[in-house]
Amino acid sequence: MADSVPAAAGRLAPYVAVVRARIRAQRSYRTSFRIDLLGSAAIGVIEFGEVWIVVHSVGTLGGLNVRAILLLFGLSNLAFASGNLIAGHLDQIPTYIRAGTLDTFYLRPQPLLAQLLISDFQLRRLARMTAATTVLVVGFGLNDIVWDVRTVAVITMAVTFGTAIFAGLFVCAAGLQFYLINGAELTNAFTYGGAYAAGQPASVFTRPLTLFFGYLVPVVFTGYLPTVAILRLDSPPGLPSWLVWCTPLAALWVWAVALLLWRLGVRHYQGGGG
Amino acid sequence: MSIATAAPIWAPYWRFARAGFRRESRYRLAAAAGLLTNVVFGFVKAAVLMAAVEAAGGTLAGYTAGGIGAYVWLSQGMYGAIQLTGDAEIGDRVRTGDVAVDFTRPVDVQGAHLATDLGRAAFTFIPRGIPSVLIGALTTGLALPMVPLPYLLGAVSLFLGVTLSFLCRFAVNLLGFWIIETRGVRTLYMVISSFLCGLFVPVPLFPPWLAAIAAATPFPSMMQAPIDVVSGRVSALDALGVVGLQCFWVFVIAAIGRVLIVTGRRKLEVQGG
Repeated sequence: MADSVPAAAGRLAPYVAVVRARIRAQRSYRTSFRIDLLGSAAIGVIEFGEVWIVVHSVGTLGGLNVRAILLLFGLSNLAFASGNLIAGHLDQIPTYIRAGTLDTFYLRPQPLLAQLLISDFQLRRLARMTAATTVLVVGFGLNDIVWDVRTVAVITMAVTFGTAIFAGLFVCAAGLQFYLINGAELTNAFTYGGAYAAGQPASVFTRPLTLFFGYLVPVVFTGYLPTVAILRLDSPPGLPSWLVWCTPLAALWVWAVALLLWRLGVRHYQGGGG
Repeated sequence: MSIATAAPIWAPYWRFARAGFRRESRYRLAAAAGLLTNVVFGFVKAAVLMAAVEAAGGTLAGYTAGGIGAYVWLSQGMYGAIQLTGDAEIGDRVRTGDVAVDFTRPVDVQGAHLATDLGRAAFTFIPRGIPSVLIGALTTGLALPMVPLPYLLGAVSLFLGVTLSFLCRFAVNLLGFWIIETRGVRTLYMVISSFLCGLFVPVPLFPPWLAAIAAATPFPSMMQAPIDVVSGRVSALDALGVVGLQCFWVFVIAAIGRVLIVTGRRKLEVQGG
């Protein structure tokens, strides 16, 4: 694939070619593609439904009402869906390792992680982003939001660094897969489990959960903290409201761990023996 | 060979079940990973639902703190056995054409795959089911009945729930006879089934319109039903009704699966030799 691209097209050309090929391939089976889109959008809608039912049944949960939950879920789920689009397919690594196909990536003249990130660009994940964005826009409309620089800064930070946090968590998981292989499900605890926790009002968490999802796997930065900042609500003990300005640090922390785990994992890998 | 007494008709299925159990028992690390993930999700679910019960003044849709604890940890404990992912081995075998080999065997295809899955499910209770409930009891707390009847009926209900979940996945995967890529259908199935079976939110919390939709599907019979029976949320008499409804769905979905096998078999074309 890379050979057919003229060298002058620049260093990014092979990546662009792969992504374009992936997009064409997915759209060629129209029925499957449409069902795929529907399935991905349904995930977003139903995950929101799960939070909505609980909050709706009691009115206010952990200081947030149903309207605030729209904002919380929209922000965290948009960040997750974007992170998933960039790096979600890294959880295929155990399959690649078992089948020995990971070795072929080593033979190509691009960095392994970069290749894997673009190896499976899934258009259906855009449907999930659309579902999250819809919830977020409705949330913007239904809440009394003071649209000043601070609010815009909080939202921008939540979406960009939130995406980085979730993409980083997928890279952490990918690094661990080189050791786990059959225990791949372990990493779901903080990737998909992180997405689930990020969509909940963190004010109801027990102390260990607040530490885990607030600091170790800092997903509260993607939904709960920005929501509290935008709506100017009181924050619970353990999660002070100024913490929202540390969102870039949280993303940095996740990526530092991610690159370390990735490096350890790649060094640990001995090849498929093929 | 023909002089020897014929083995009973269920003998091969018992062997399939044992093989399923043994295969699942080989993946120790996978079982430990599954438990840890179950428990993390369980803690988040428990924190949210217990806060909701507290916010409602101690009782929400008939659930107390102990009752919701039982719901959370029973659902987490049963998750591995009931398996809502939408994947089933038959799907791969249909796609690759290996299912043709299954058709030549002197056993029922649906029955053989069901037996293997029941064996797999039975094993998951040892590393995932029982530890989940124990961890829940020691941390967030839960209320379980102190009499044997709910557990006896619950075992039957759980068996039917696992069977029903398998039969649904089996039928969904058989769609591969007609469509090449079943991933979208499987995703859709996973999302809808795990929502309507009561995995993340108990069905009694659903608003009436959603509860009506759920009641028209087999999904609550997979998970909410065995949870209700084991936890004693439904009385012994009502529990019989719950189990009866599960039997109805098992019968209906099994019949649909058999129709799909017969019609799919006519569609199947395997190349080469």
